[in-house]
Amino acid sequence: MIFDSMNEWLSKAGYFSLTLLIVTIYGLFVGALIERIIAKVQGRIGIPYSQPFINILKNFFKRTAISHGIMFYLGPVFRIAGGIGTLAFIPVIYGNEMFSNFSTAGDLFLVIYFMFFGQLGMALGAGESGHPYSAIGIARGLSQMTAYEVPFALAVISIVIQYDTLSLTEIVAAQQGGWQNWTVITNWVATLAAMLALLGMTGYSPFDIFLAPQEIPIGPPTEFHSAYLSLLQTNRALFGATKLILFMNLFFGGATGWGELMIKTFLIYMVAIIVGVAFPRFRVDQAIRFFFKIPTLIGVMSIIYAQMLLTA
Amino acid sequence: MNDLMERLQRDFGVDDITVRKPALTTFRVKKDSAETLIRELRDREGYTHLNFMTCIDYIEDGIFTLVYMLHNYDKKLSLGVHVDISRENEDMVSIHTLWAQAWTYQRELREMYGINFPGSPRLEEDFCLEGWDDIPPMRREFDTKEFSEQRFGHREGRHSEEPRDHMKVELYPNRGGDEK
Amino acid sequence: MKNSLNTDDTLENSGLTEEEQLLFSNARPRAYEPYPIKAVEDFANWARANSLWILAFGTGCGAIELRPLMTARFDANRFGVAGRPTPRQSSVFIIGGYASVKTLKRIIRSYEQMQGPKFVICLGICPINGGMYFDSYNTINQFDQYIPVDLYATGCMPRPEALVASIMALQKKIKAGECDGANRYVENFDWYKANQKKVIKNWDMPDYNW
Repeated sequence: MIFDSMNEWLSKAGYFSLTLLIVTIYGLFVGALIERIIAKVQGRIGIPYSQPFINILKNFFKRTAISHGIMFYLGPVFRIAGGIGTLAFIPVIYGNEMFSNFSTAGDLFLVIYFMFFGQLGMALGAGESGHPYSAIGIARGLSQMTAYEVPFALAVISIVIQYDTLSLTEIVAAQQGGWQNWTVITNWVATLAAMLALLGMTGYSPFDIFLAPQEIPIGPPTEFHSAYLSLLQTNRALFGATKLILFMNLFFGGATGWGELMIKTFLIYMVAIIVGVAFPRFRVDQAIRFFFKIPTLIGVMSIIYAQMLLTA
Repeated sequence: MNDLMERLQRDFGVDDITVRKPALTTFRVKKDSAETLIRELRDREGYTHLNFMTCIDYIEDGIFTLVYMLHNYDKKLSLGVHVDISRENEDMVSIHTLWAQAWTYQRELREMYGINFPGSPRLEEDFCLEGWDDIPPMRREFDTKEFSEQRFGHREGRHSEEPRDHMKVELYPNRGGDEK
Repeated sequence: MKNSLNTDDTLENSGLTEEEQLLFSNARPRAYEPYPIKAVEDFANWARANSLWILAFGTGCGAIELRPLMTARFDANRFGVAGRPTPRQSSVFIIGGYASVKTLKRIIRSYEQMQGPKFVICLGICPINGGMYFDSYNTINQFDQYIPVDLYATGCMPRPEALVASIMALQKKIKAGECDGANRYVENFDWYKANQKKVIKNWDMPDYNW
């Protein structure tokens, strides 16, 4: 990532800000859309499309905020830094100089690291709030994350072997030229492992035990409120959309325009939603066992499969 | 049932035997022999379940009547054991050794009526009323309305009507509420 | 937030033991002015009115009326209403009917932990003048002696339709900028505390639960 001049860097940063804005708004919008679809299934009207935006504004306009210490302040900041950092190194629109962000050689490693970073920061922040439910939520969330990272990492390794590159742009480039070149076709084993990991990442049932809206009130962010919460909500939308864009880039051929991006990410999201409304919740030990069994096995198989592809 | 009652009459001197329903008989027993009798019913006669225990305040007679309701699952019969204790000397033998759930009942009776059950665990702890500082509220000498007015206060403008008089006025307004 | 430097401005916390006093804040709450620019305040009020998060704390028989709100029949989600299980994040407290002294203690704790601006709706006749529990030794008769109330929905019990109507009325009130319960509570803090301590005899919590 060597820039010829200051001007180029500035224009990159400006374009990235624009990407950030679009992705955040899109993430919030998709959140509302999903809520409305679920409401329709239940025979309700559901929230207005503007509801997530109003919620964030409302929390921002709260008059009081209690702090539990420095780390409590930094928790949401780390979280959103993780979200922004993940997005910063993903080429959002393929072949478009404006929206390829800071994508460079080896960015796949950086992205996977950043995905972990936010969660750890959040764990520290929520831990300082001192609320027992926060601590339970963190313990569950982190152990589940450790579990679903395994099949995801294996799937990513498989793709790296297949395309022989660590650059997301090159991975997307290798998938151009029609749907038959997408990873989901050429390396369906890795895609399967990663899609199972996605279920755990999105935090819908059956893997929503760490949020547990009924028993441990909303999990790690129990004590977060006011502006902290609005930051977390923004990040939830941003990070959710970013993860979907990453999956789209890795497995579904990327996107050459915003319309294609929105359709593809929405459909990937719907996989998690449909599984979510159809299945009951796993306990945390069941979730961990699940991820360590079948998806991990598929992940290992995908590496063998990728190796076979190369030698064949 | 009659055999049992006869034996209880002979051994414990129970009286006031009343068959309230085919499946429910009540009788009265002296305070001293009550615990032995209940233990006998539980261990020998199969009345293994304590449905509830409660208390009735007969302020006119100067007594509390404790009611132990026992149930026999094999015969599907219930027995109500009534025990009179004096309002001045309101002590009773604890039966928490027979049924563990009697702790809770005894805690509640202690709080609501001020009946003492020596030896019952956690008896002094607050049950429903936290920080109660008056006489136990279910005793009939406790004036709950006056207490409420003093402690909580009443909002101005509240009035209540006797339903009977009120409906007379509603139904026969022309005759001043008089139907004749 | 903690202006405990000024010694006149601290609370006694006399209900706590010496050990516990170190654990809790003894700062006095302070009132918050609206935003100086009216347009900003109006916009904030609009956002507050359209995103009412109800504290999921059923405090009486009326709590059962809250459940149908989320069902297909009433669907309060349309108005931006959502349940929130923690007082930190919720902005509306619905008092579901009678409040016994034991519950009142928890209500006060939860209310003080909510972040302002916060709104209180009282359901039923009981919080107004005691209702059918007017002579009870255990339930309070005038709820607004202890917590500032924004809106009453009277009846025994009001149906969920009435609750939806009262939520809409609350939205109107918030948009007009008339719901300043949190500030009223702070301004008359000593009066409220005296009333609360008059009925709650085992006061073993801090004077203000931050």
